[in-house]
Amino acid sequence: MIAHSIFFYFFSVIAIFSSLMVITSRSTINSVFFLILDFISVGCLFIMVGAEFLGMILLIVYVGAVAVLFLFVVMMLNVAEQKQSWFIGKKSTHIPTGLIVSVLILLELLVVVGGWKYKENVMTSSTLTISNISNTHQLGLVLYTDYILYFQLAGIILLLAMIGAILLTFRERAGVKKQSYINQISRNPSTAIELLEVKSNQGVKIDD
Amino acid sequence: MIEIGLGHYLSLGAIIFFLGVIGIFLNRKNVIVILMSIELILLAVNINLISFSIFSGDIVGQIFTMLILTVAAAEAAIGLAIIVVYYRNRGSIRVEDIHGLKG
Repeated sequence: MIAHSIFFYFFSVIAIFSSLMVITSRSTINSVFFLILDFISVGCLFIMVGAEFLGMILLIVYVGAVAVLFLFVVMMLNVAEQKQSWFIGKKSTHIPTGLIVSVLILLELLVVVGGWKYKENVMTSSTLTISNISNTHQLGLVLYTDYILYFQLAGIILLLAMIGAILLTFRERAGVKKQSYINQISRNPSTAIELLEVKSNQGVKIDD
Repeated sequence: MIEIGLGHYLSLGAIIFFLGVIGIFLNRKNVIVILMSIELILLAVNINLISFSIFSGDIVGQIFTMLILTVAAAEAAIGLAIIVVYYRNRGSIRVEDIHGLKG
């Protein structure tokens, strides 16, 4: 139990520090790196608390795909030299409002956490955790049976996101030679082949 | 303090949520950092769902976490595509330069 609390405080301090650095670091590249550190430490927390599958998904999908996508975009868009300029320059009117709203949200959430009591023996769900099989096995037992509709809808959402991203960033360039399938298929020997009588010592002139 | 319970995980989620919201409001740099703040908020929601799932012994919270991860990945892809298109058209993604709606 003491090791559990030590690891909890270790990972959560790293997570809070890195999420603070995400929103305050001076260059966007550093923000992305701290976002990766945040994902890794929260993924370690998930693995530690017993949700191994989602911790691994967080490490693989988020650190491996989404954060690298952010890195690609930051490096492509040449925004690395735009420095952070909080409270500098022209006055913005929404900063005090934003601060008040954010602090109120934190206070409300902490009040809810502090006043929350866990009721014993009220959970009568049909999907209660069975303790002698692994976490991934439990997830599979529930995900592919009771929640198969949501699983398929998640796949459709990913497909739509892929189509949308391709459609948004697609740009037609002039002068690019493309394959024309209908012209390829509709060729026949009478139009594609030309027979020539080649005279001696004269050669052939093609493409005239 | 030593005994780690549900309240500790919920407090961690609340703090990360707060940092994400404050990152959205106070960001003066570019829109990519706003997207990263949204990712932080979704991560805090995932922490809450997983800790409730573990401490109440029900696996369904983890399934909803997986769906949130899917939607967050889709949202990041679409948002970054929109940012790339905007940068291509306007040449800047600074927050104070984006005022096309006069908001």
